[in-house]
Amino acid sequence: MAQSTSELPLQLIDSVVIRFAGDSGDGMQITGSQFTHTAALFGNDLATFPDFPAEIRAPAGTQPGVSGFQIRFAASDIHTPGDAPDVLVAMNPAALAVNIKDLKPGGTVVVNTGQFGDADLAKAKLTSNPLKDHSLDAYRVIEVDINKRVIEALQGSTLSPKEVQRCKNFYTLGLMYWLYNRDLEPTLKWLSEKFAKEPAMVEANQKALRAGYNAGDIHELFQGRYEVPRCEVLPAGTYRNIMGNQAVSLGLIAGAELAGLKIFIGSYPITPASPILETLASYKHFGVLSMQAEDEIAAVCAAIGASYAGHLGVTSTSGPGLALKQEGIGLAIAIELPLVIVDVQRGGPSTGLPTKTEQADLLQAVFGRNSEAWLPVVACATPSDAFECAVEACRIAVQYMTPVILLSDGYIANGSEPWRLPKIEDLKPFPASFRTELENFLPYDRNADLARPWVKPGTPGLEHRVGGLEKAHLTGHISYDAENHEFMVNMRAAKVMKVRDSIPTPQVHGPQKGKVLILGWGSTYGSIWGAQEKLAEEGLEVARMHLRHVWPLPHGLAEIFARYETVLVPEMNLGQLVRLLRSELPGVNFQSYPKVQGQPFRVHELTAKVKQLLGR
Amino acid sequence: MPDDIVPTTTAPKPAPLDKKAYKSDQEVRWCPGCGDYSILNAVQQLLATLGVPRHQLCFVSGIGCSSRFPYYMNTYGLHSIHGRAPAFATSIKTANPDLQVWLATGDGDGLSIGGNHMLHMLRRNVDVKVLLFNNQIYGLTKGQYSPTSPPGLKTKTSPMGSVDRAVDPIRFALGCGATFIARTIDTHQKHMLAVLEAAAKHKGTAFVEIFQNCVIFNDGCFDDVIERSVRDDKTVDLVPGKPLVFGKQLDKGVKIDAAEARVVTAAEATPWDPSTRSAAGAFVLSEMAEQPGNPTPIGIFRSISAPTFDEGMNKQVQTAIAKRGAGKLKDLLWTGDMWDVK
Repeated sequence: MAQSTSELPLQLIDSVVIRFAGDSGDGMQITGSQFTHTAALFGNDLATFPDFPAEIRAPAGTQPGVSGFQIRFAASDIHTPGDAPDVLVAMNPAALAVNIKDLKPGGTVVVNTGQFGDADLAKAKLTSNPLKDHSLDAYRVIEVDINKRVIEALQGSTLSPKEVQRCKNFYTLGLMYWLYNRDLEPTLKWLSEKFAKEPAMVEANQKALRAGYNAGDIHELFQGRYEVPRCEVLPAGTYRNIMGNQAVSLGLIAGAELAGLKIFIGSYPITPASPILETLASYKHFGVLSMQAEDEIAAVCAAIGASYAGHLGVTSTSGPGLALKQEGIGLAIAIELPLVIVDVQRGGPSTGLPTKTEQADLLQAVFGRNSEAWLPVVACATPSDAFECAVEACRIAVQYMTPVILLSDGYIANGSEPWRLPKIEDLKPFPASFRTELENFLPYDRNADLARPWVKPGTPGLEHRVGGLEKAHLTGHISYDAENHEFMVNMRAAKVMKVRDSIPTPQVHGPQKGKVLILGWGSTYGSIWGAQEKLAEEGLEVARMHLRHVWPLPHGLAEIFARYETVLVPEMNLGQLVRLLRSELPGVNFQSYPKVQGQPFRVHELTAKVKQLLGR
Repeated sequence: MPDDIVPTTTAPKPAPLDKKAYKSDQEVRWCPGCGDYSILNAVQQLLATLGVPRHQLCFVSGIGCSSRFPYYMNTYGLHSIHGRAPAFATSIKTANPDLQVWLATGDGDGLSIGGNHMLHMLRRNVDVKVLLFNNQIYGLTKGQYSPTSPPGLKTKTSPMGSVDRAVDPIRFALGCGATFIARTIDTHQKHMLAVLEAAAKHKGTAFVEIFQNCVIFNDGCFDDVIERSVRDDKTVDLVPGKPLVFGKQLDKGVKIDAAEARVVTAAEATPWDPSTRSAAGAFVLSEMAEQPGNPTPIGIFRSISAPTFDEGMNKQVQTAIAKRGAGKLKDLLWTGDMWDVK
């Protein structure tokens, strides 16, 4: 469609960070994801960070009820959703109060003055009105009575006054689209599909969106408009925008296909992992059997039963659920069957911070079972990386006949970024093979990878029993023999360590030796990369490396670490990877940098830490 | 990728086999005199009679004496973890629908630690045959009271008598909406075979409570009902289509009268139908033995037809494929709003 006729100058800028903030019921997540969708289609690089409360609808207008969505979109290759917003959209006083401290000095704040009455201020527990008390003097404040403007825009609509107010978010989105010279078309289309059965809703929201856009021209709210050009520096290819949970789901289906298997997912709803079960449930035409189990334990047990029956068993959960599943995972280790357990980590302990991110399940993943119960652990770095990691988890599970834990977290799960689509022919199959030959069959015989044969029940002549009691080497009969037990404990551990032979040594980016190597795992990836770039801009060259395989650790780390004076390990926990590293690679100067706030690392936090190490 | 989602191999025509074919090469390690032996024997006998091929059988269990069952069957078997066998059995049957799946459990495994899973398997009506060995005691852990132990039972963990009220497995299963519910007795081979045959032929979860004697920790707990000399007078067999008569001379009957089951003459006995819409009759019968002097019902309490979980799950996959075509990797990834970077 034709863009605005505004005569205001269009300034080109490289990157913008916007945070939409409002009440849980204000539709900020939809607003943010629509802005994201449009930016992706336009061809920007982008990163998003939704941040919302655990309550579905906390009391309206209160600070705990504030829901936010931050997006950074850029013409250059970016790695994080940005440390501080350039623009804050605050739909009410609570949203303003919670978020204003993060806004860049001199940044723009768009305020919905229609929601700034005394009652609104009281709900937000504010004793004075920030629009009048000069507390916003350091920012450029744009005041718009969005409540009123929406009513004006929707005059004559058949919607109730309450429903009219629900269109506020699209008015706001329209305003932002004007400011950044964005095409309305993708959102207009989305609205007509989303509310296909409610034409009045489509019309009202589309009207609100256009009204917001036109308001930019008519009301002269802003002094200029901005354009963030397409990002042409990303590697060539076809892209789509993807959220972490979605990428995990697609990766699991792809992994099963590459193994020649069908997925059985047994899961129990839990924040922030539920979308994985929901997504897989919508892919039944890929042969996916999806079961919403009665609890976390039944979920993992059903997944194991399905693997026993010849499917690829999968279960998805978050930390508290992983704790419940651990006994079942121990059985899968004992009976040596493939299984993929996805743990989307969140703040803990106990219920903790269900909607916030954390990386504190690492040790639970590696060591969290009774006895010597080893398994491989893979960790995703970004939303798009989650696809590859899910495929990798499937590969290891099938090749080594073992449960594998795939660690994601709330930041990856709900965040999104452009994903360069893999060419199907580049995805290497790893077909599972089911034993059917009768001759010399031994249930606990092993191949070169130390994996035992997989027999689908129903195969004539190979009837055998497996279970949690210790098994005799080769025959799999129950055995209480002392030497056999130790042999089997070592065998199971050796099999897990053997995974190292099939994984690459991670690459070092930056100087191949020197003072500091920043070593990350999981979702700290973008912040670490961003920090490295920022430091380089300031003339400080440091190296970085990221671990996808956190257990077993890849070959070759000791030689690399020896080339640096300090290996800095930022983690959103109290230093769990560092504990593993110190026990596995003694003699390296590991420096832990823990942050446990339910929030990802900011780039400036990391650059400050590195500078401190460098004595700068 | 194979297009068929549901394995289409057809079962070879059943032919009676030798009972011995179902015995595994493992030495049976239950205590001498344990009621488990006769259950194992009956199951092997039944499968031989029905001619179910060994490779199409899968025995699943949890933890406890009863749960050693799979090791003694020369079929596929999974000895899982405590209480969770229903979850394993559910997915095994769903992912591999050609298997006939049996589940061996006990009063502790199935109704205490695994009570939740039992509830959900029963309500889902997964096509699994459940053998619940009820001996009213924890045997493998050496004699603590179980959820079916009568109140007041003195055990190591209840030296002054258990204060717990007992759960009745039949009423539990009725409450869960189970589609087949029966009770039999370890020492009554003929009855057990008949009940197990009906269970094997039922489509859906078939829940069979078996009074099973633990010779070591709770010896004789059912003797006042099942001892051969009193059995005919102390039990009433619920046989579909037959009147509820009992007694050595078959001269006594049970009449279901509103919310009560009364002992009457054989002529007045209610004809038994376990397939009525309402489970009220079965419920009334399940309570009658609590009245002193009343017989304990055994046999088939409930047998109704309902859709099974395993079929429903697989049907959805087939429907989705019919509607959308079998999924292709390319369509999975290369879809939605895409853009090119050159």
